[in-house]
Amino acid sequence: MKELVVLFLGLIFVNNFVFARFLGLCPYMGVSRKMTDSIGMGLAVIFVLLLSAVSAWCIQTYVLLPLHLEFLQTIVFILVIATLVQLVEMVLMKFSPALYRALGIYLPLITTNCIILAVALINVREGNGLLKTVVTTLGAGLGFMLALVLMSSIRERLDTTDVPEALKGEPIAFIVAGLIAIAFMGFSGMM
Amino acid sequence: MPFKRLFGEFSKGLIRENPVLGLMLGLCSVLAVSTEAVNAVGMGAAMTFVLLGSNILVSLLGRSIPAKIRLPVFIVVIASFTTIADLLMNAYAPAIHKSLGIFIPLIVVNCIIIARAEAFASKNTLGASIVDALGMGTGYTLVLFVLASIREVLGNGTFWGMKVTPEMDPILVMMLPPGAFITLGLMMAGLRSVRK
Repeated sequence: MKELVVLFLGLIFVNNFVFARFLGLCPYMGVSRKMTDSIGMGLAVIFVLLLSAVSAWCIQTYVLLPLHLEFLQTIVFILVIATLVQLVEMVLMKFSPALYRALGIYLPLITTNCIILAVALINVREGNGLLKTVVTTLGAGLGFMLALVLMSSIRERLDTTDVPEALKGEPIAFIVAGLIAIAFMGFSGMM
Repeated sequence: MPFKRLFGEFSKGLIRENPVLGLMLGLCSVLAVSTEAVNAVGMGAAMTFVLLGSNILVSLLGRSIPAKIRLPVFIVVIASFTTIADLLMNAYAPAIHKSLGIFIPLIVVNCIIIARAEAFASKNTLGASIVDALGMGTGYTLVLFVLASIREVLGNGTFWGMKVTPEMDPILVMMLPPGAFITLGLMMAGLRSVRK
């Protein structure tokens, strides 16, 4: 149990998927302009992440391994993720229009968010069991959301500050991300 | 096709429409594998291979792919070429394969490839698509190589594994994630001010 808690906290603060492993950077730069957007995106990612990591784990354990088809991993996982995202979109549209309006526009973006495929692959490659898979996935998702929310709150302020012409927009966002990453390195002493 | 147009299709990927610095695509792998110049070239080669394969196949299939299922078809094509690249590197360059790790299968979700398939290869001829893939691949590799060279020289005092700055203490932070973010931000700003 203790080991799982350490793993979970470590994934949020120390081995944060954005700052330490460079995963999920496209939406991190693209959707971090407004705080409300970043919360929506974060929640949508956590939701899809959990679904896809668990289904990828089941497929790996019960289909690919018994049939010795591990080399098809990449193809099968990306298809599963793409299908899942479509499915989630349809289910949300049907049963919860309010939630669909809130998260709907982020869902298509999620298919090509590398954090989803990466978490599915990392879980399988490290040979995690189902419980460890769920904990890893939640940690990764919450870490991503934390990074996104932090970044958007800084960018909202950056919009009104006097930034040199050449640095406006993305370049300054990268430098800010670098500074946040330095700050996050302080957490490594925690473990 | 006239040579001049072909050259135009190639050179647009280098600076004007550079996939990384201009269009902000494919950032994850660029930042993650840019700790050494050798890795940069390996990753660039894998990426160019997949881009070339998917552009060729998509431009050949072209209009025979039904519009409704075109994205899933592109994804399967890209995933297949990525798997080929993954297995080939594992067999012939195991050291680089190991240090690139998870970022090789992640080529599938690299937006550059699907963007080129959708925006270019599905609408253009085979020749133009090949040149486009080579240009985009070279542009990607170029950015990766420059970033990795800066980080390796400043952060480790080496270039391509050889010592180049004997008198300087390496700046450790350049090898760590923050160094990657800050250097890429400065490269983008640099390109922007040159363009003006």
